[in-house]
Amino acid sequence: MKQGTAHITANICNKFGNDRTRLMDIAIAVQERFGCVSHEAMEEIARAVGTQRVEVESLVTFYSFLSVKPQGKVVIRLCSDIVDWMKGYSEVAEAMARELGITMGETTPDGAITLTDTPCIGMSDQAPAALVNSVVVTHLTPERGRQLVRDLRRHLDPQQLVTMVGNGNNEHPLVRSMVRNNIRMRGPVHFAPFEPGKALLKAFELAPSDVISEIKESKLRGRGGAGFPTALKWELAANTPGEKRYVICNADEGEPGTFKDRVLLTECAEQLLEGMTIAGYAVGSDTGIIYLRAEYRYLMPYLQSKIEGRLKQGFLGRGILGKKGFNFDIRIQLGAGAYICGEETALISSCEGLRGDPKNRPPFPPQEGYLKRPTIVNNVETLCCVSRILLEGAKWFASIGSANTTGTKVLSISGDCRKPGVYEVPFGITTRELIELSEAENVGSLLIGGPCRQMIGQVRLDGQICYDDLATGGAIIIFNGARNKLEIAEHYLDFFIDESCGHCTPCRVGLTLLKNLVHKVISGTGEPADLDRMRDLSNFIINMSRCGLGQAAPNPVLGALEIFGDASGGFVAERKPGLLPEFDLSKAVIDAELRVGRQSKYV
Amino acid sequence: MQAKTRIATVSLSGCFGCHMSLLDIDDRILKLAELVEFDRSPINDFKDFQSRCAVGIVEGGCCNEDNVEVLESFRKNCDVLISVGECAITGGINSMRNNIPLKECLDEAYLKSPGVYNPLNKIPNDPEIPLLLNRVYPCHEVVKIDYFIPGCPPQADALWDVLVALLSGKAPVIAYKNHKYD
Repeated sequence: MKQGTAHITANICNKFGNDRTRLMDIAIAVQERFGCVSHEAMEEIARAVGTQRVEVESLVTFYSFLSVKPQGKVVIRLCSDIVDWMKGYSEVAEAMARELGITMGETTPDGAITLTDTPCIGMSDQAPAALVNSVVVTHLTPERGRQLVRDLRRHLDPQQLVTMVGNGNNEHPLVRSMVRNNIRMRGPVHFAPFEPGKALLKAFELAPSDVISEIKESKLRGRGGAGFPTALKWELAANTPGEKRYVICNADEGEPGTFKDRVLLTECAEQLLEGMTIAGYAVGSDTGIIYLRAEYRYLMPYLQSKIEGRLKQGFLGRGILGKKGFNFDIRIQLGAGAYICGEETALISSCEGLRGDPKNRPPFPPQEGYLKRPTIVNNVETLCCVSRILLEGAKWFASIGSANTTGTKVLSISGDCRKPGVYEVPFGITTRELIELSEAENVGSLLIGGPCRQMIGQVRLDGQICYDDLATGGAIIIFNGARNKLEIAEHYLDFFIDESCGHCTPCRVGLTLLKNLVHKVISGTGEPADLDRMRDLSNFIINMSRCGLGQAAPNPVLGALEIFGDASGGFVAERKPGLLPEFDLSKAVIDAELRVGRQSKYV
Repeated sequence: MQAKTRIATVSLSGCFGCHMSLLDIDDRILKLAELVEFDRSPINDFKDFQSRCAVGIVEGGCCNEDNVEVLESFRKNCDVLISVGECAITGGINSMRNNIPLKECLDEAYLKSPGVYNPLNKIPNDPEIPLLLNRVYPCHEVVKIDYFIPGCPPQADALWDVLVALLSGKAPVIAYKNHKYD
């Protein structure tokens, strides 16, 4: 049996050319074959690709979709994002756990089904949702959860759970998913008709440097959230000497509450692939990589078929559309469940077959990125914009949106509103307008750009969605007035604590300390000084953390404190001198009392 | 004559090293005696508070019920409470037991360890022996602490500077050279 494991593992490694940099694909394939990457398998992999076993173990234990211990044949990952909580996660989780006779995180004794939870899977507009292996199930209720478990018990085939398919390309035979697009507003950039190849021909009329100039003129800025000028990034990569350059599409939208890239991948795949090809032409690259988050694996066969289709049509491959000397190929790199990999340097690490650790900057990826070569990493939406800009012209694009933020933005709106879904709106739209569009009532607060950005209250409802005011990668989560803002902040702190890579102390330790403080205040034992401590600690973490995760994680806490303003006095009170309310002497001495057999004289 | 400022000190679960460091202020102790009156402290061996104090200096963390009781009385009787040294601030050496369940600690110490002579096979249970806590707590997890002076032990100059600042109504600052150890 063990011999068999080694043999099969060796074959898998061989399939990926025994290439150390393809460790992600190897580990994912082994996980899929055996339900785990066992120590024996890790040893075999290390031998095959010529590395140390600890290197493989470090990768396997980093990603949440990989495991050393065997998992069930079917793994149910229930999404535990805050929107899912609001829509009934707890009841569904309890119903499924009870039906399975196990608790969260366990596998049934027969090794058939594992039940676990996972952060946002990009289905906030159809929550509560879950991944069953790679099949998405949405709009769960306790009853549907129980039925799902019963069905799985019978056939152990997640695909059979899809009894009704969603709309758009979710009906495509290679997708066949019950996911719905929920496109509530179609704009001119992404949801207008798109004819493959046309934008590419337009690009070929220009010299590569002129393509970059065109993008510059359009004032396109990165749609992932940071808003870095796309042309500047491309220019830097194009001007860095090197034999080989890379174009990476960041399709790892892990920011809780973001799901617009999922819809773009489903509906605008051609536009995306064409955008990547144009980017390759502009910066002088012949290789593109789409880093697809593990949660969207159900889209992989479809995207793969689109790539193959474009190869046949001559939109990809060698001498594209007869353009001598321009070759471009695209491969899909699957992720394995790590929020941090949405950060571009961590994403590059992951593509290189490493843990998703962020890298030090500088050098920036356009100077030294994937395999130390100049690399541009662009968001799905950014690359889709590129195709449209080439089609319609920079002037046309720049005429949409606000002064410094041109074009449209695809927003993912979810939470306490009647019409959650995807909205393509011009930049400069106000939060108030979004609330009206999504038919939200009694709004207490909003998370603009997800938890890593900012929480705003009533005061800022006239704020505009653009890089000069309220920047967002796409997520807008709406909370009604009854929701406790500090509880929202605590929920996201749990998320960030889980996703912290652990490399630097301010983030690894600081976030837990911050969570303890927030919890203390929520539980009613906080003092006014705790609020100052929360602010100080938040600023410390923001200033001292190594990468964007720690630098952003305290934002919901700061947002909540800002919304409360002076009203936060209601949560905290001065205490009488004496023991702290959170210190419980009777709990602290119970072990000794039991072992020694005498009661404490102080309790 | 104006009443002197009253100061209390205590060593909870510590090694008295911080108190030794306090004595290390050398001849400045005469000046200190001019400025302050010691209340409850090992320096004069008073076991109870005589009256309310301005400053309480706490060495050591809380590893047993008595430590908690004493620390609580310090909080109630002192206006300003200072955690002094590694044990008070983090639990220190004592907290190395924090990852081991208390039962295992007691059994290892009194029953299982080689060389233990314990024919009755019982954990000592004299009422005079305070019950251990499930883990060692730094002082600020038990009561509110106003200031922290780090070090193992803190340097005499650090203790002196903080005390002088507090006694003269200034914000205490510890000079870099007084908490630099490498």
